[in-house]
Amino acid sequence: MSELIFEPEAAGMHTPVAPVDATHGILLYLEGVTVSFDGFKAIDNLSLYIGDGELRCIIGPNGAGKTTMMDIITGKTKPDAGRVFFGQTIDLLKLDEPAIARIGIGRKFQKPTVIEPLTVLENLELAMSGAKRLRGLMTTRMSGEERDRISAVLDQVGLNEQAQRLAGVLAHGQKQWLEIGMLLMQEPRLLLVDEPVAGMTPAEMERTAELLKSLAGNHSVVVVEHDMGFVRSIADQVTVLHQGRVLAEGRLDELQVDPLVIEVYLGGEDAHH
Amino acid sequence: MRFPRWLLSDRTGLVLLAVLMIIGIGVPALNLLVPPDHPLHLTAYTVTLLGKYLCYALLAVSIDLVWGYMGILSLGHAAFFTLGGYCFGMYMMRQIGTRGVYGDPVLPDFMVFLNWKDLPWYWHSFDMFWFAALMVMVVPGLLAFIFGWFAFRSRVSGVYLSIITQALTYALMLAFFRNEMGFGGNNGLTDFKDILGYSIHADETRIVLFVLSALALAGGYLACRWLVSTRMGRVLVAIRDSEDRTRFLGYRVEQVKTLVFTFSAMLAGVAGALYVPQVGIINPGEFAPLNSIEAVIWVAVGGRGTLVGAVVGAVLVNYSKSWLTAALPEVWLFALGGLFVAVTLLLPYGLIGLLRRRRETAS
Repeated sequence: MSELIFEPEAAGMHTPVAPVDATHGILLYLEGVTVSFDGFKAIDNLSLYIGDGELRCIIGPNGAGKTTMMDIITGKTKPDAGRVFFGQTIDLLKLDEPAIARIGIGRKFQKPTVIEPLTVLENLELAMSGAKRLRGLMTTRMSGEERDRISAVLDQVGLNEQAQRLAGVLAHGQKQWLEIGMLLMQEPRLLLVDEPVAGMTPAEMERTAELLKSLAGNHSVVVVEHDMGFVRSIADQVTVLHQGRVLAEGRLDELQVDPLVIEVYLGGEDAHH
Repeated sequence: MRFPRWLLSDRTGLVLLAVLMIIGIGVPALNLLVPPDHPLHLTAYTVTLLGKYLCYALLAVSIDLVWGYMGILSLGHAAFFTLGGYCFGMYMMRQIGTRGVYGDPVLPDFMVFLNWKDLPWYWHSFDMFWFAALMVMVVPGLLAFIFGWFAFRSRVSGVYLSIITQALTYALMLAFFRNEMGFGGNNGLTDFKDILGYSIHADETRIVLFVLSALALAGGYLACRWLVSTRMGRVLVAIRDSEDRTRFLGYRVEQVKTLVFTFSAMLAGVAGALYVPQVGIINPGEFAPLNSIEAVIWVAVGGRGTLVGAVVGAVLVNYSKSWLTAALPEVWLFALGGLFVAVTLLLPYGLIGLLRRRRETAS
């Protein structure tokens, strides 16, 4: 056993390179997914499809199952029933969190989670795909190609000036962008972004909207968000979750006049959350 | 000779290595070259005492690697230290041969006393130095690997993991107290005569052990410093600060933890193996949970997550202990507890943190 772990592949430091097959235009399939905690159905027979390159917003009152859904896609929670596929061929229920991260699903937490004692640059280096083999980890240097990749992402998230600063001293909004940058270093096909603009100033929100819109196309982006103004500024397709299932799906302006949606969410108590 | 950048940028580490080099040459010189009646002469007792501190310092460095950088508070690291010590003690027991009280060429005295006829299987090959020297790392490493494999895969962390490590060392203590285990029961292993034919009571042997301890500390420090300056070091910090984030970035957190924990246990084993010939005895009391907790306090006092701080803390606290247990023996444990509380409240980054803060305000 002690030999095995020094083997890069056995140590799980190997990145599987099964290319995701999205030839039917759908990147993520959730079908009939159900999960319950102590008898409470957090997700109830949920079916959801995310298109390749799509930017989708998911809204819903607290407890609608948004975070649980992200937990299922990223392997943190295993559902009681249902199928979750990445492209045509990859069964996500058979993989654990690191494996799912490596096949190209990046997740941003609700609370900005960056490694505060490390610099912005080091945070991005940490997230870089391909660096996670054991041999890749046992180095103190960075190759020119790796440097280029990091500076491209720094440009994309607008943190070029901050590259050498510690992540812990960044402003709240900058931490959120850094975390998005870390996801991009993983070269994901799908980005799951949980409440990206909570606590942001209007100017920061605007930049975040631009950033997420620029990512769509090359990546599929799923954004869970409470802020209706922000949702309106980015999404063409919106899914409303309620009590663990899809209540409605469509364009935001259509949904806003849907009496069902108004009752459970938009017009209800939770609208200002 | 060109030094790599990770070493050159580590100022406090270079100071530590320079100090180790100075005492590694100076202490033997003051013992061997200065005549015994000269005031600067260092007695063999002092040399051995300093050698003991260096072994403790290496144990502290191994704890700092897992606690300071990876966030695993091991309250059982003295178990790995003690196991390393037992492995080397077994070698020295086998070297006694017919010079034991009972004069049995193969069986150590305590086995003759227990009326054992054959050497237990796990005592075989320990008469060979190279084998014992290997086991000093393999045995603690294997235990840490198996322990880590189960604990980290089940995602046991935080205070629960600390409690399990306490239980681990306590269980080993109880087991080693039993005569049936074949490690000398509560007396442990002692009455050592020589290593590779050199008497362990000779000044020259003690000097060699001292120098080896200094080299082991320097080597252990360099290995840990290099590790934390690689990308792997950043992964360790990421695991400490946000295990979930690290996992969702695609790292197999439990395997990294197992690997580093095992490496740390091997370092602790080496420290224990150098410690035992210098103090001349190893017994199950070394597994006592308090020993592991003390070692964690050394790291906290010196400064967690700095490596150099672990060395500083181990030497300072043990020096105070040597002094205080002679002057006011009943006060020591209160002093130790008080020190831990004071450091936790007032100096979260220990003495090294204090130095850094001074330097920052000065510049």
